[in-house]
Amino acid sequence: MVQKHIVEARGIHKHFGPLHVLKGVDLQVDERELVFVIGPSGSGKSTLLRCLNRLEEPSSGSVVVDGIDMLDPKTDINHARQRIGMVFQSFNLYPHMTALGNVTLALRKVAGKSRAEADTLARKALERVGLADRADHTPGQLSGGQQQRVAIARSIALEPRVMLFDEPTSALDPELVGSVLEVMRSLRETGMTMIVVSHEMGFARNAADRVVFMDDGLIVEQGPPAAIFENPAHERTRAFIGQIQRH
Amino acid sequence: MIQTFFNLDIIVAAWPIVMSGLWNTILLSLIVVPLGLFGGLILALLASIRHPLVRWPLMAWVDFFRAFPPLVLLVLLFAGLPFAGLELGGFACVAIAFFLNTGSYYGEIFRAGIDSVPNGQVEAARSTGLSRMQAMRYVVLPQAVRNVLPDLLSNTLEVVKLTSLGSVVAVPELLYEARQAQSLTYNPTPIVMAAVIYFLILWPLVRLLSRLENRALAGRR
Ligand SMILES: Nc1ncnc2c1ncn2[C@@H]1O[C@H](COP(=O)(O)OP(=O)(O)O)[C@@H](O)[C@H]1O
Ligand SMILES: [Mg+2]
Repeated sequence: MVQKHIVEARGIHKHFGPLHVLKGVDLQVDERELVFVIGPSGSGKSTLLRCLNRLEEPSSGSVVVDGIDMLDPKTDINHARQRIGMVFQSFNLYPHMTALGNVTLALRKVAGKSRAEADTLARKALERVGLADRADHTPGQLSGGQQQRVAIARSIALEPRVMLFDEPTSALDPELVGSVLEVMRSLRETGMTMIVVSHEMGFARNAADRVVFMDDGLIVEQGPPAAIFENPAHERTRAFIGQIQRH
Repeated sequence: MIQTFFNLDIIVAAWPIVMSGLWNTILLSLIVVPLGLFGGLILALLASIRHPLVRWPLMAWVDFFRAFPPLVLLVLLFAGLPFAGLELGGFACVAIAFFLNTGSYYGEIFRAGIDSVPNGQVEAARSTGLSRMQAMRYVVLPQAVRNVLPDLLSNTLEVVKLTSLGSVVAVPELLYEARQAQSLTYNPTPIVMAAVIYFLILWPLVRLLSRLENRALAGRR
């Protein structure tokens, strides 16, 4: 039997008015795989991630996640999205709620847990990101790194099958990046399937199974981190890698 | 002078009628403020559906009722509707006029509040599986209301003041009753009483508003 991919995106096109942002992207991800997506700003990385949980409606193509056809109008999209966690560059924590409230909201309103159950699960999730003692803090009382870890807890509390990260450390002060990467690394060790848009090359080298290079709405090439970083096949990849390594 | 504007005997005599007017003003406010808030919330929620078929009629509606002088609207309802075979009475006319007029103002305030919440908030909520409505209710609206609290309060202040328009259509609110008492006693003292009472009930709201505005300014810094 052929191994089934947990994420299976085929022929994704996305137009924003006259702008052709994704020009036929195919992305298959295996269970427990960590895929790194790199590429210049504006190449369509965020749009691709957002098409996977249908925050953005692809103009054409198909997206199947964990056997669910995400683009089928009959799919209960809210139910399907519980299985796909997403972490944003700007954290997007709810500022009017405590860390615990941020994590329990979907547990209660989407997963249908009682308040007590949701609290227990949320505290467990906060513990996994090392913030058990910050449950009652509001986002304003937390550092950027802590906020991003709460955002990760908000996603993993729903026990997703896949996690999408869109530049999770780009908005952080350099000294706070490590704590977030540490949480991502431990998440990886539990076998979570992850698609990560990021330019943290060190992390990619250590943790990624595969690196995907995107440019101008297309996947230009992909392969194991060593191959892509040391020995890219395409001139554009070489140029991009050279550019970020000079930073 | 004091005998004319602050006549003690007249204060005593007019007390019950002015108090009943005060009570009606409070009652009227307790009806028209929630009604306006409710109408405004509906308008703002409709506006958040960014479909042109919803958006344009909505904008026309809001513009129309904000441009229409509330007194004219009230008189039109009160004096005009009977000719259409609909006799509603002063109280109902005030309620409808306020729903249309102040609802539109509240609607614009709520809309500004909803627009002030970054889109990332909705995206985060939707990415965890919350529906559009749930994201609005649990994530957007609480922040929206907090962001425009001073404006909501300021508008509420105006609404309470505007309840005095009810006097024009014989709703026995504070101003109306004071004028009744004045015409019975041939003395302006009841009007002065009404003025003092208006001030006493509105002043705490004004203070509260100042504090909210200062806090909002401090928060922005
Ligand atoms: N909602 C949108 N409306 C219009 N254009 C958009 C929208 N979102 C993204 N774009 C455009 O699509 C292109 C790809 O954006 P994005 O996927 O964010 O790239 P990346 O994440 O690789 O930097 C950019 O040119 C961007 O301006
Ligand atoms: Mg991006």
